[in-house]
Amino acid sequence: MNKREFLYHLRRYQQGSISRRQFLGATGLGVASAVLATELGLRPRRAFAGDIGDRVSLCTWPSYHDPANLEVFTQATGATVEMTVFGSNEEMMAKLQAGAAGYDVLVPTNYTIRDYASQNLIQPLDLAQIPNHDPSAHDTRFTGEGAVDGTVYAVPKDWGTTGYVINSSEVTEGPTTWKEFWDLTQTTHSGRVMVHDYQLTTIGNALKYYGYSFNSIDAAELAKAEELLLAVKPHLFGINSDYKPSMLSGDAIMSICWTGDAVQLRRENAAMQYVLGREGGEIWTDFYAIPADAPNVKGAYALIDYLVTPDINAKEVLFHGYPSTDARTNALLPKELLEDPILYPAAEVLAPLEFGATGLITNEARAELFARFKSA
Amino acid sequence: MKRAGPGRRRAIVTALLLAPSTLWFVALLVMPLVVVLVFSLGERAPAGGYQAGFTFANYLNLPARLTAFTNTLTLAPVGTLLCLVFAYPLAYFLAVKVKRAKLMLLVLVILPFWTSFLLRTYAWIILLSGKGIPSWLAVVGIEGVRLINTPTAVLIGIVYGYLPLMVFPIYVSLERLDKRLLEAAADLYADPIATFRRVTLPLSLPGVVTGCLLVFILLMGEYLIPQLLGGGKVFFIGNALVDLFLQSRNWPFGSAVAIALVVIMIVAVGLATRWAKHQGATREVSLL
Repeated sequence: MNKREFLYHLRRYQQGSISRRQFLGATGLGVASAVLATELGLRPRRAFAGDIGDRVSLCTWPSYHDPANLEVFTQATGATVEMTVFGSNEEMMAKLQAGAAGYDVLVPTNYTIRDYASQNLIQPLDLAQIPNHDPSAHDTRFTGEGAVDGTVYAVPKDWGTTGYVINSSEVTEGPTTWKEFWDLTQTTHSGRVMVHDYQLTTIGNALKYYGYSFNSIDAAELAKAEELLLAVKPHLFGINSDYKPSMLSGDAIMSICWTGDAVQLRRENAAMQYVLGREGGEIWTDFYAIPADAPNVKGAYALIDYLVTPDINAKEVLFHGYPSTDARTNALLPKELLEDPILYPAAEVLAPLEFGATGLITNEARAELFARFKSA
Repeated sequence: MKRAGPGRRRAIVTALLLAPSTLWFVALLVMPLVVVLVFSLGERAPAGGYQAGFTFANYLNLPARLTAFTNTLTLAPVGTLLCLVFAYPLAYFLAVKVKRAKLMLLVLVILPFWTSFLLRTYAWIILLSGKGIPSWLAVVGIEGVRLINTPTAVLIGIVYGYLPLMVFPIYVSLERLDKRLLEAAADLYADPIATFRRVTLPLSLPGVVTGCLLVFILLMGEYLIPQLLGGGKVFFIGNALVDLFLQSRNWPFGSAVAIALVVIMIVAVGLATRWAKHQGATREVSLL
C-alpha cells in the first residue's frame, strides 16, 4: 500500500465512512499493532479482568479518539470498538430518543446531560467501576454538569471552545470578532466560508453578531439571528460540521471551528489560525455517559475507565488537540501543548465565553429556526 | 366428505403463494404509512418527538419547506432528463451496434454497483472540489469554476449514480426491436432521422418510460447526493425529512412532509402512466 492509498483510508476512517475494523483491515495496521502490543508487553489491565463481550459501541464526534489507543483496548480486552460519529448533539439525542440505538458509550456535551437524564436516556454511573476516574483531579468549573441533582450521570472527557478558523494566507484582514466573521462572509470572502450543521454554535454565534447571549431563546433576538443567517446563507460555501477536508483543500478559507479541529488543521497547514470572537461564544465540556438501554454496560465501563486513565488520556489529547480537564493527564503532557494559545486561550478572551445552557437541546424555537435556515 | 373442487384448491394455493408478499406489503409498507399518517396529525412533544393530537397545523405549515419542494421538483425531472439524454445513445449502441463483447460491455455498465454508492459519491467530492476538476480547468485557462456544493454538482452526481438504471430498460426494449422494421423503413425511403423518429423511438418508448419512472421515483426521495455534493446548500425533500427527524426532532411535521411527498409522487406517476398509455394506445406498454 502506498502513502496516498493509506491516507485515503485514514481520511475515510476519520470521517466515519468506514469503521475502525475496516480501516485496520484495509491498511494492515490491525495486524501490525497486534504484533506491536505483544512486543511491548501490553497485557490486559486489572480493570478489564473478566469478559466484556466482543464489541463496545462508541457514539462520538469526528477525529475524537486516537485509533492506536482503541486498538490497544481491543488487544487487551478482546472487544472491538465500533465507532459512530455525529455532527451534532441533536442528532445523537434523536437516535437515542428513537430507542434501542445499540450504543454503549456516548460523548454528550455539558448542556445536554440534564435533558438526557430527565428523559431517562442515560443511566447513573457507578464510579466504583471507573477506578481510573478521580473526581478531585478535575476542575469543577468544567465538570459540574456531569452530575444532575447529586447523581453522577457522566464523567468528563475534555473541554474546549468554539471559535472560528481562518486560512491566514487568504483571510488577511486579521478578524478578531464574530461581527467581522459574518461581515467578511457576506462581502470579501463570499462563497468560501462554512458554518456548523449544528444549531447551538451556528445560531449562538449569529446571536453574538448583535452582542446577545450565545444561549438566547428570546423571540426578538432569535428573529434577528435568523435574519442574519438567511442573509448569509447564499454566501456560504457549505453547512457542515466536518469542515476540515474543505479547509485543507482550499475550497473554504474560514469556518466556525472547535479547539481540537483548529489544532489538527494547523498541524497540516501552518497558515490556519484560530480566532475566539471578542464578543464571546461557547466554552464547553464533553463527557462520557452510558445510555439507559446500552446492550453492553460492562464493556461501556471498561472502555470509559480505559480512556480516562491518565497515560491513555494524554495520548488522546496529543491526537485530538482538546485540553483535558484532568490535572493528572496534564502532568503528562509536553509544556508547549499546555502553553498553546489555541488550547488555553488568554484569560481576557476566555472570560466572556458562555457554557451552553440546559434546555437548548430540546428548545423548539431554536430547532425550528435552524431547520428553516437549512431549508431556505 | 365433499372434496374441494379444483377451482377452490387453486384459490387456496394462490392465497398461500401470495401470503408472504402480502404480509411483507402490509407489515412494511401499509402499517408504517399508517403510523406516518397518524403522526402527521399530532404535535411535537416538548423535548422533541411525537405527542398525540389532532391538528392540520403540520399540513398548513408545508409552505415552510417550499424551497425543498421546488428544488426536488426541478432537479428530479432535470436529472431524469439528463440521465435519458446520456443513457439513450449508450443503450442504442449496446443493443443495435455492438456485435461482439456485448456481455462484457453490459457488465461494465453495472460494474459500479459492485462498490458502495456512498464511496463512489465520496469520490465525486474529491473530483468536484477545488483541487479536482476546477484545478484542471484552471490549467487550460478557465479560472474560478466552482462545482462542489452547487446544483450542478448534484446533477453530475445524479447522472453518474442513476445512469445504469436508465440504460437497462431502454437497452431491453431496443434489443427486442425487430431489425427488419428498420430495413423496411429504409426500403420505403425513410432517411436515418425519420427512421429513428418514426420507428426506433416509438418502439423503445416502453423502455424509456420505465427508465424515467424508475429514476424519477428514486430521485424524488434522494438524500445522499445532495447531502454530500450539495454541502447543505442544495436541499431536497429527503434532506428536509432527515433534518426534521434527526435535528429539530419535529416528527409530526416530518410526517406531514413525507405524506405530501407520497401524494406528489402518486400524482406525478399517475399522470406519466396515463400519458404513456395514451402514447402507446396501439402498442403494449409495460410499466415497471
